[in-house]
Amino acid sequence: MIEIKDLHKSYKIGKNSLHVLKGININVEEGELVAIMGSSGSGKSTLLNILGMLDVADEGTYTLDAVPIKDLDETKAAKYRNKFLGFIFQSFNLINYKTAVENVALPLYYQKVGRKERTEKAMQYLQKVGLADWASHLPSELSGGQKQRIAIARALAAEPKVLLADEPTGALDSTTSYEVMNLIQNINDEGKTILVVTHENDIAKMCKRVVRLKDGVIIEDEKVNQVRASDHV
Amino acid sequence: MLILSRDTWQEIFGSIQKNKARTIITVIGVLWGIFIYIVLSGAAKGLDNGFEERFENIAMNSMFAWAQTTSVPYAGFKTGRPIQLKLGDVRTLATRVPEIQYIAPRIVKGAFGGESGSVVYGQRTGSYSVYGDFPVLSKIAAQKIYVGGRFVNEGDIKENRKVCVIGERTQKELFGKYIDPIGKFIRIDNVFFKVIGIKKFEDGGGFGDDGDITIPFSTYRKLYNTGDNVGWLAIAAYDDADVIKVEQDVKKVLKKIHKISPEDERAIGSFNLGELFTKISGFAKGLTFLSLVVGIATIIAGVIGIGNILLISVKERTKELGVRRALGATPSEVRGQIILESVFLTLIAGIFGIILGSFALKGIAVASEGADIPYTNPTVPIPFVLGALFIMVVLGTLIGLIPAQRAVSIKPIDALREE
Repeated sequence: MIEIKDLHKSYKIGKNSLHVLKGININVEEGELVAIMGSSGSGKSTLLNILGMLDVADEGTYTLDAVPIKDLDETKAAKYRNKFLGFIFQSFNLINYKTAVENVALPLYYQKVGRKERTEKAMQYLQKVGLADWASHLPSELSGGQKQRIAIARALAAEPKVLLADEPTGALDSTTSYEVMNLIQNINDEGKTILVVTHENDIAKMCKRVVRLKDGVIIEDEKVNQVRASDHV
Repeated sequence: MLILSRDTWQEIFGSIQKNKARTIITVIGVLWGIFIYIVLSGAAKGLDNGFEERFENIAMNSMFAWAQTTSVPYAGFKTGRPIQLKLGDVRTLATRVPEIQYIAPRIVKGAFGGESGSVVYGQRTGSYSVYGDFPVLSKIAAQKIYVGGRFVNEGDIKENRKVCVIGERTQKELFGKYIDPIGKFIRIDNVFFKVIGIKKFEDGGGFGDDGDITIPFSTYRKLYNTGDNVGWLAIAAYDDADVIKVEQDVKKVLKKIHKISPEDERAIGSFNLGELFTKISGFAKGLTFLSLVVGIATIIAGVIGIGNILLISVKERTKELGVRRALGATPSEVRGQIILESVFLTLIAGIFGIILGSFALKGIAVASEGADIPYTNPTVPIPFVLGALFIMVVLGTLIGLIPAQRAVSIKPIDALREE
């Protein structure tokens, strides 16, 4: 599903250049649930941004679902993001003047899906994350865990190939975190490929594979025995 | 179609409603601009119409000339010699100045100081200015006579008939409501005159009022024993003639006849309506132009306000726009949305401004009704309105480009990072 070869990325800060990613090689198969771990500054967010086509690599190749991702201009990147990727952010990033169902339907709007179909689909995914009753609520009326579940529904709505989650539990207490992870595991069980960036070990243990980054290189890449989040709830 | 899709509009409404107070205040900026524009140009048009209405009864190319006293010694005469125009001058002028179409000698008792004629009907009396006129006057300044009456005619002049045309006020004061004055006899300075017409008073000639009485010139000179004397001359030039040149020529000829120094600027007085009218209509045109400039400048200020607010709004919404782009919004979609917001706000403001402006114009029209202000039918020409709307759409688009460009110039990754 994802193939990354010899990925380099550096940022210019004043005169100095900061080499953040120093040759990353990673393959992710369909249906995997991968945790990307590392301390801050390890390059894990940069890697996720490049995977999310929010940022462009300096060197190396990136293939997503057999499509080489290169020569991206903003328009092309937007289309690919819409088609291939679903984002889950640490701070949820729901649009605060839109209701839950409108937020979920937003990616479909950019796919030019018709209004009726869009609402129907959005309701389906709200049902899936168990928040169908909250469809007409604004984000400000929801708890953190509910917001993140709405965000997950939004990421799923466009039926992407890959879900990218950047610290999805970073802003949640542990009980809610496990609920969210439980949802992510369930989605993964249905065959969706998911990448989770985290620095919490218990969250990483709930994935099927853990990739550890340090100073811009992969220092460890191992399959783990998945801990079911439902056991903790 | 981006513009026609209901979704696009819902997105626009969504983001506009987000900060209602700010949106409303911004909209008021543009609304005020177009309001000023509409009211100013409508009022200017109303003034223009008003002036035009007042002058429509007077030949635009007409002038008046009268005699005063000399201020330069000439041909053996001392300075300060009073000049008297004579009936003979009329024929001389008509032959010497070919541009003259009509020339009417006039004379009056009262009006410019001096004693007015005392007029009696039955038990009622009054004193009114009495004019001695020729029928040709009606060619120079339209004489509106109420139905059933007539103005002085050639027969009256020839036979020195004792007939008179009275003003509206004279009618009211002497006859009251219930008596038809036509055919009745009134006494003017103890001589009986038959009323032949009632004149509707039209302001704009510069002098005269609604109590004036007009009698035939020939009768006047006999009644008051004025001989060949003429009070002043009313002259209309041909339409294609330059009335200012005619004015100069008339004065030149009059100076020659009455042996006045060509350098004497005071001996012959004159006044031409054409010049006055040109000045006034120039003034009205200037007002229209000024209102255009002020209005458009105010609109521009308002639209810049919208651009300013959208810039702030884009800044505030950086993160939201980043999320939208992460979810698949292309830069052109983001740009289009912000420009549409700008155009939409501008247009809404514009339409409300036009509506409010029209109400204000209506209000001014009602308030000025009956008042002695030259103000008629204040309208804003449709092309002006459409032009203003067009300018607003163009400006709205242009000003929207700035925040739109700002919105897409931030990379989604930076936008998302913003807290």
